[in-house]
Amino acid sequence: MAIVTLPATENRPAGRGRSAVRRPYSVRRRRVRDNMTGYAFLSGAVLCFAVFAWYPMIRGVVMSFQRTRRGETRWVGWDNYERIVNDPGFWTAWKNTLYFSLLALVVGYAVPFVVAIVFNEFRHARGYLRALVYLPVMLPPASALFLFKYYAYDPSDAGLFNAVLKALHLPTSQWMQSTTMTMPAMVIASTWMNMGGAVLIYLAALQSIPGDLYEAAELDGAGILGRVRHVTIPQTRLILSLMAMLQVVATMQLFVEPLILANGAGTQDAALTVAYLIYQHGFFQNDLNGAAALGVIMLLVLGGFSAVYVRLFSTQDGRGR
Amino acid sequence: MSVPTYRRATTLALVAGLGVTLAACSTKSGGSTEPGGKVTITVDCQPVGAQAELLRDWNADVVAFQNEHPNITIKSVSVGAQCNNPPDFTARLQGGTVTDVFYGYMTDLQQVIDSGQAMEISQYVSKDTIPTWDSVDAGAKAAFTDGGKLWGIPTKNYSMGLVYNKTLFQRAGLDVKNPPKTWAEVRAAAKRIAALGGGIAGYSDYSAGNTGGWHFTAELYSMGGQMVSTDAKKADFNNPMGRQVLQNLKDMRHADNSMGTKQLLQWADLLTNAGAGKVGMFVGAPDTTTAIVTQFQGKYQDWAMGPMPGQDGAAKATLGGGEGYFFKKGLTADQVKAGLLWLAYEKLTPGKGQLDYVRAKPENQPVGLPQPQLFTVGSQAHQQDLTLRKANANINVEDFAAFENNPVPIKFEPPNAQAIYAVLDAAMSAVLTDPNAKVDQLLATAESKVNQVLSTNG
Repeated sequence: MAIVTLPATENRPAGRGRSAVRRPYSVRRRRVRDNMTGYAFLSGAVLCFAVFAWYPMIRGVVMSFQRTRRGETRWVGWDNYERIVNDPGFWTAWKNTLYFSLLALVVGYAVPFVVAIVFNEFRHARGYLRALVYLPVMLPPASALFLFKYYAYDPSDAGLFNAVLKALHLPTSQWMQSTTMTMPAMVIASTWMNMGGAVLIYLAALQSIPGDLYEAAELDGAGILGRVRHVTIPQTRLILSLMAMLQVVATMQLFVEPLILANGAGTQDAALTVAYLIYQHGFFQNDLNGAAALGVIMLLVLGGFSAVYVRLFSTQDGRGR
Repeated sequence: MSVPTYRRATTLALVAGLGVTLAACSTKSGGSTEPGGKVTITVDCQPVGAQAELLRDWNADVVAFQNEHPNITIKSVSVGAQCNNPPDFTARLQGGTVTDVFYGYMTDLQQVIDSGQAMEISQYVSKDTIPTWDSVDAGAKAAFTDGGKLWGIPTKNYSMGLVYNKTLFQRAGLDVKNPPKTWAEVRAAAKRIAALGGGIAGYSDYSAGNTGGWHFTAELYSMGGQMVSTDAKKADFNNPMGRQVLQNLKDMRHADNSMGTKQLLQWADLLTNAGAGKVGMFVGAPDTTTAIVTQFQGKYQDWAMGPMPGQDGAAKATLGGGEGYFFKKGLTADQVKAGLLWLAYEKLTPGKGQLDYVRAKPENQPVGLPQPQLFTVGSQAHQQDLTLRKANANINVEDFAAFENNPVPIKFEPPNAQAIYAVLDAAMSAVLTDPNAKVDQLLATAESKVNQVLSTNG
């Protein structure tokens, strides 16, 4: 990239806004020309985001205030929102989705961190263990879920989990056919499928903690739990916070698990989630506008959650305001 | 290459690449009317490569049709398995990527009209474009008609009955020539079939992905019920008939244990089990036997069909449905006429296209099934089709005689069908998975939810 030396008088003044002294046209033109390749490379990414992320988002918001009937689209104000909030499955879907997120936060968030801490303690076979835990991530989600559906969650005694429970003389379960076990079963499958990536991220974070901190803790008489509490968690707080937020945002968009494991809404709507309700309206009920409204509601909820979370975290971190 | 030249070349290549990408993203109909009377139309749902014989037949039909009509060119488009997958159809419809003449279910009519992608074709349809039009079943035509205007051409029409596995009937000591005619008889037969053991379900039914509500509707119709009131403003299934539907299923599943342990079944799940010889009976249309054989490794000789069972005697009605083709908005009159001529040739002429039984007989396609039920019974086209079908049958037509000879009045789906089915899935899944399910409570909840759907969706 060419370096352009500007005359002293053209130094950008401090503060916001355009510079008080405009650069000569030839200099600006030259700068644009010099950066042309950069702009060209940038344009691809910008175009992709614009076409596949920003435009659909804006279009979704617009559609949520419209209704298309007989080929004619008209503005209907809040009608779609009113209709979607009055949908028989609306509150059930939100309740189920929040329940899944909560369970996933307790299990799906904690388990990978614990596994990473345990792996980090091993002196041998680390690579092997990492590969082992990452294997399910490489399996296409649909294949992994079909394995659970047909082998693990078979409600008869022939099912993998039921066979194990029976061998241990424990009561068997109907798994996806039980209203109470539907969500825990989906969390187990989802955690198994996705924990590999989180474990690797946690391991990377753990390995960046200076060893002398642990040595100091040991000298101070800290046991393994003490070291985790006073060294590991404070040192990985940033990554833990980020992963918690990503986890909530991802689990709130739960879709593939109910679609495959529960064939949709599951028994007595026990697996009905917000994302599946959007799919129902958009692709089965000829109601793309209602689906768009629910999509916008979800966007607002997740956006609001992320904003509050980031603000809380930055305040706690001493970088607020 | 100097650095500036290299940069310029890179920039140009990137911009050109983006341009090509954008151009590739744009869609354009492949059909056209050229000067000199040449007409080209695109048509979808050409069989996929895996259906080698069907694909060969389709391609041969295109050549033969074009020879008969040298001014028309048919461009076939295969959309994979998407023709049988409603969400994919919706995506193509809303994305504006449908072909000039495009396939859809009868129940797609409203979404096709609402999408603004289709054109009304009343003025083009006559005996000149479709010679057998007067023989086409009035109910099938009505399913593609809205406000007195015709929007599509029916190419398949079905009604539901009781599909049963003859081999399992024989093993259970049941009369294969005399299928159950009432739900009480179904229950008794299911019990005997399930007693064979080995994970066999005497009777199987759907309860997920909106198919549970779909079959609740079919079974309610069989008892003379209806899903919504005549003015379509209120749910109309929370009554003794609706209770009987759920109670029958609950008793078979839990009291008799004759429906197997695996529930939350959808279409493919049930037919997979049927193909594996694990299902004694289920409610379905004649073409489910084709699916069992062609997609789920079953055998034709195992399957037979009787009429829809009723509560105390013959069923009062049965659920009907079907498929057809729509026409993309903006086609010229010549293109619409070309499309109609093609559909007449491929789908609606006895002895040709899908009704060419002489060709189908040696292929692994069933000939003799009571389908596609396109023509009015007794009409000229019906007589021709029936004669050809019987003369070339490669399955035992007697296996379907009980269904064909005992016609039940056909009733179509309720308005807002999919939203209503989604609600009823919960009731169906409850009685099939929970031995303590309370039928009255389930129906009351479903009624209130369906009323909510009807009041907000209008």
